[in-house]
Amino acid sequence: MPQIIYIEANGAEHEIDVPAGNSVMQGAIDNMIDGILAECGGACACATCHCYVDADWVEKVGPPSDIEKEMLEATPQPQENSRLSCQIQVTDELDGLIVRLPESQY
Amino acid sequence: MQNRCIIIGAGHAAAQLAPSLKQEGWQGSIVVVGAEAQPPYHRPPLSKTFLAGTKTIDQILIRPQAAYEKHGIELKPGVRATGIDRQTKTVQLDNGAALGYDKLALCTGSQARRLPLPGADLAGVHYLRTLADVEAIKANLADTRQVVIIGGGYIGLETAAVLRTLGLEVRVLEMMDRVLQRVTAAPVSAFYTRVHTEQGVTIETAKAVTALAGKQRVAAVHCEDGSHYAADLVIIGAGILPDVELAQAAGLQVDNGIVVDEYALTSDEDIVAAGDCTNHPNRLLDRRLRLESVPNATEQAKTAAATLCGKRKPYASHPWFWSDQYDMKLQIAGLNQGYDDVVLRGDPQNSRSFVAWYLKAGKLLAADCINRPKEFMLAKQMLAQGTRATSADLADETVDLKALVGEHPG
Repeated sequence: MPQIIYIEANGAEHEIDVPAGNSVMQGAIDNMIDGILAECGGACACATCHCYVDADWVEKVGPPSDIEKEMLEATPQPQENSRLSCQIQVTDELDGLIVRLPESQY
Repeated sequence: MQNRCIIIGAGHAAAQLAPSLKQEGWQGSIVVVGAEAQPPYHRPPLSKTFLAGTKTIDQILIRPQAAYEKHGIELKPGVRATGIDRQTKTVQLDNGAALGYDKLALCTGSQARRLPLPGADLAGVHYLRTLADVEAIKANLADTRQVVIIGGGYIGLETAAVLRTLGLEVRVLEMMDRVLQRVTAAPVSAFYTRVHTEQGVTIETAKAVTALAGKQRVAAVHCEDGSHYAADLVIIGAGILPDVELAQAAGLQVDNGIVVDEYALTSDEDIVAAGDCTNHPNRLLDRRLRLESVPNATEQAKTAAATLCGKRKPYASHPWFWSDQYDMKLQIAGLNQGYDDVVLRGDPQNSRSFVAWYLKAGKLLAADCINRPKEFMLAKQMLAQGTRATSADLADETVDLKALVGEHPG
């Protein structure tokens, strides 16, 4: 099973096995990681599952859709490597993916 | 003996409260009891992707049952709490058991408002609030050609959009003069009426339904003005009411919801409440509110969890909501109640992308953003920061709103 590494803003690190086909957001919710709120449940409506994809993984994860991009641009701390974790589907190729969580999801 | 916290209700609020208790340092056991048969699930998709059949039950669970067990949370779906004894600090369950608590959280949510219509108990008449409701509706669809939806609110319109997309003949009967009258301004109502009409849904306003007719199964809907409509499926979307029965019977203060303070504490210092069922103060809006929304459930649950762990994290945030219909994503920031001006950005008459800004004495109260995710995000920030913006700026597509919000930290 692919392993995803979540790093919270305070440095806390979680190595989580996430089944392929689930989203990176769902992996965090299932394991009760605090830094992802995911209020809309993956509908790309809220941007409370914002994460930063580790530089080495940006290409493999791919770019956001247009709607996601617009949402990301208006998050409190957008970066080049910003993604909404509900829109990243876990695959075997993403085994070892590192995502960092922002300080605030508001 | 280990302390125990019981959470009554297993919806969005409970699904957040339980893990938040752990994060806030709760050392005792956590038991969640919910009357519905499933672990907590995402309720908004019920009238959207789950009804459409593009998502399964497993795909709308907030997390699988096993995830709770793995984190030491005892989740008991299909168990209804029937009473609370605050003297002995015991919760009575419908399986005959009684469970003692040290702390109690009420996440009882809300239930569909029932209409006392003749014929409302006929087969083919449904409400849409729970997963079981939607499964019952779906079980009927193969034999359904004509649907009448009573109520042109968000649930009614979302349901209309899905059923129309599935190829059914859909008619919406709204009692007021326009759909969404309680929650949006006239241009937004007109917009949704136009789009639904373009999609082939018939919307009739000022239609007070007086009876449902049929032998065993519903066959027609009758209105006060003498009109009647054939239907082999009727879905009633007449709003929801907070589920306060247990709290009331236990003698807690109840007034349009379970009365809590900004720390989600009820009139009993060992009992918190969170989500749809609460009447809570909001210091940002300077008044009390009862909200029907997921973000409210989630965020108030975090506050409630902190309170149970002896911390103080006041709950005060600007409400927000969303609704998906056809290819339109509506995102609403803020609450528009009391607005005296509506400013449009974009063209609601000829496009499917615009913003309706609601102002009161020049101050931004809320924004309905249709296929405008960026403006929605900015509206949330403008509300949070109290950004002043003129009507002219809000209406002018060439004005960069991001510049108004100012520099972002980081």
